[in-house]
Amino acid sequence: MINKDLVIIGGGPAGMSAAIAAYESGISDILIIERDSHLGGILQQCIHNGFGLHKFKEELTGPEYAYKLECKVNELNIPHILDTMVLEVSPEKVVTATNEKDGIFKIQAKAVILAMGCRERSKGALNIAGERPAGIYSAGTAQKFVNMKGYLPGKKVVILGSGDIGLIMARRMTLEGAKVEAVCELMPYSGGLARNIEQCLNDFNIPLKLSHTVVEIEGKERVTGVKIAKVDENRCPIPETIEYIPCDTLLLSVGLIPENELSKDAGVALSRITSGAVVDQNRQTSVEGIFACGNVLHVHDLADFVSDEAEIAGIAAAEYIRGNISNETEINLKTDGKVRYTVPQKITAYTDTTVYFRVSDVFRNVKVVVKNGDKVLFEKKKQKVAPGEMETVKITKDMLENVNELKIGLEVL
Amino acid sequence: MYDVAVIGGGVTGGMIARKLSEYNLKTVILEKENDVVMGATKANSAIVHAGFDAKEGSLKAKLNVKGSEMMEQVASELGVKYKRNGSLVIGYNDEDVKTLNELFERGTKNGVRDLKLLTASEVKEIEPAISDTVVAALYAPTGAIICPYELAIAAIGNAMDNGVSLKRNFEVKSIEEKDFHYEIKSETETVEAEYVVNAAGLYADEIAKMAGKGDFKIHPRRGEYMLLDKECGSLVSHTVFVTPSKLGKGILVSPTVDGNLLLGPTAVEMTDKEDKQTHSEGFKSITEQAKNMVENIPFNKVITSFCGLRSVGDTGDFIIEEKNNFVNVAGIESPGLSASPAIAEYVFDLLKEAGLSCKKNENYNPYRKPAHAFREMSLEEKNEYIKKNPKYGRIICRCETVTEGEILEAIRSNPGATDVDGVKRRTRSGMGRCQGGFCSTYVVELLSEELGISYLDVTKSGGKSYLNVEKIK
Repeated sequence: MINKDLVIIGGGPAGMSAAIAAYESGISDILIIERDSHLGGILQQCIHNGFGLHKFKEELTGPEYAYKLECKVNELNIPHILDTMVLEVSPEKVVTATNEKDGIFKIQAKAVILAMGCRERSKGALNIAGERPAGIYSAGTAQKFVNMKGYLPGKKVVILGSGDIGLIMARRMTLEGAKVEAVCELMPYSGGLARNIEQCLNDFNIPLKLSHTVVEIEGKERVTGVKIAKVDENRCPIPETIEYIPCDTLLLSVGLIPENELSKDAGVALSRITSGAVVDQNRQTSVEGIFACGNVLHVHDLADFVSDEAEIAGIAAAEYIRGNISNETEINLKTDGKVRYTVPQKITAYTDTTVYFRVSDVFRNVKVVVKNGDKVLFEKKKQKVAPGEMETVKITKDMLENVNELKIGLEVL
Repeated sequence: MYDVAVIGGGVTGGMIARKLSEYNLKTVILEKENDVVMGATKANSAIVHAGFDAKEGSLKAKLNVKGSEMMEQVASELGVKYKRNGSLVIGYNDEDVKTLNELFERGTKNGVRDLKLLTASEVKEIEPAISDTVVAALYAPTGAIICPYELAIAAIGNAMDNGVSLKRNFEVKSIEEKDFHYEIKSETETVEAEYVVNAAGLYADEIAKMAGKGDFKIHPRRGEYMLLDKECGSLVSHTVFVTPSKLGKGILVSPTVDGNLLLGPTAVEMTDKEDKQTHSEGFKSITEQAKNMVENIPFNKVITSFCGLRSVGDTGDFIIEEKNNFVNVAGIESPGLSASPAIAEYVFDLLKEAGLSCKKNENYNPYRKPAHAFREMSLEEKNEYIKKNPKYGRIICRCETVTEGEILEAIRSNPGATDVDGVKRRTRSGMGRCQGGFCSTYVVELLSEELGISYLDVTKSGGKSYLNVEKIK
């Protein structure tokens, strides 16, 4: 068995950012394990711009953002191994992986950072009635065909779900000569970033049909059309509103799910809301020495935030390896339902902590409120919050004195 | 000239072809689709029924019980996963209990071993997730689960390894009876055979009519299913049926051999033999029934849903008959999968009686390397294997942990996969929770390379089911 101080599973923006941060904190015995033949993860196929505005103060494409991190990894000589799939992580931090050259091998790590990213929710999960012809793709799969392989998967497209990848692909397919007939969104609001709705739909006159869903898929060999319908307040399709759209392709952008199969093997406790690990401010999971960051922890809307989070995990893992991490306290962060979840979910040291959170609906004119019991510790006004945009609130050290639990919520003004 | 032409590459035709390959015969399977197992074989309940359901004295009863007894051995020869997990028929009220007693009697007469009637607490003991509303159950320990398309692909592959030929995309357009043989034509090709086996599933009536060998009717019965994530595969360990009643046969809740949880089927009589649409009413009906049977089914873990069409004959029983060297094997609805090894023997005997000369094939090998051999290996064995075949070290489908080596093997070994769904059925690549989101682009690439066809010509399941429409730039 090989021994390593730190094993990082996944060489996307989270894995690389965590590795760089850990290295710069003085740990050099690192191994990044990446399943693909390049570092960069999903950013490799995100050839649109809009990355790096926060992190690098310039507008980059996905591959450019990844390349910046990759250059740093190479400059620091951080070891990484490509085309290698991790099969298992044990609670004792033994990582089992496989590749063509080495076969199946095991590494004993002192600390592990989970950075495996997420996957797209599939059609199967939606129980759409009809046939199962060719021409149904998740938006990310279509993105890979177009951007990585150079093939157009269809010419006349309906998109279900207004997640960011779906919006991006509406524009991308249009630019490659396809006609995007409509984007249907089950909810009365889009789950994507406002800027993507503007730049990817409105700029190309692609209709966004809110409170609409696909009720049936037609076509035996290849999709020939879909039936869409408006939904009522219980999200049930209204039969009188069914309309038929002829098309050869249905793209799905109906949500991302953190890929935590390995985390489960390792005994990491998961949140039912985020589908990612429950973590403290260090991004340490319920298993000591196992950290998580990026989309495997919760789905982010910006790669920049992924990097920020990964740096926290990288630095903390380095401290853990040196034996410098101990739990001074355990303060649970609770939410009020309007705030759907927070990351971290708990704070274990008296330190300033930026808490990331998402809301459950679109709210206008609200106050974000942090409370200890009935006592308000902090509040800030927001004009608008939406589920598609991640929010933050800073919990300062002084708010944590003599506290067991903090509640983060919204008050509509 | 072939000795025997088997029309239909489903589990029935496949098992018959394999049986014929034990003898020195020139046999061909004629399949209308781009792959075998495209009919009822690929979408059914995946159950080896114990045999208490079919009417006493019927062919169904006889061949079900015999087939069920043979299945373990057949599966082991073919390297196919088979699990005798036992079946439970659960009852909610006095009327159900009466029916359960009848099923017990009937099963015993049919020759089903070890049947037992259980009280509510006995059921709960062996299957804790069962609903509290259940008052009694019939327990059939010989009931089992198997993957139907894995079995049929293995049977056909084994038959081919033993000399049987397979013609795909061969849709029979006409059959002419000559003096000493039959002439079977597709749009582009003619096959001559002395004996014909009609195992054409839903189309067996049309094939029989074409040859002037029967005027029975087959109609499709739609069965919709929902499949849940492997996380839920151990919710129940037995196959759980409801007691058949005036309201219908009801659905089952069962683990699959691959570790998923299967719910269904609905049962809707149809006329269109190509209409495999699922319906939201179907999902609703399955969900409601399943909820009553088993506690806490996580319906949000559904990973896919599908529809199968069962071939229902008009006699109430299997229609297996020989007329002048032409054998109809029709109306093979449930328990057809369970009966398939016994049907093969029965059909073989009919052919022999009709004069088919049967000399043993000295080179016949009943064994087939399991399609999932690699994943069953120990770590050391896997590493030895990867050293020789590095492609087995590269994971393509992460949800089901399928390696490139296994995918290449599926394309290269009999009957080779030629489309994305074919790879999926043989390797499980794309069958997991992401439903091919990550691996499908790799699989398209491997098919394109291996088959020497353009990326644009790779299909989902043959015909015009193209995955990409145009090369960019």
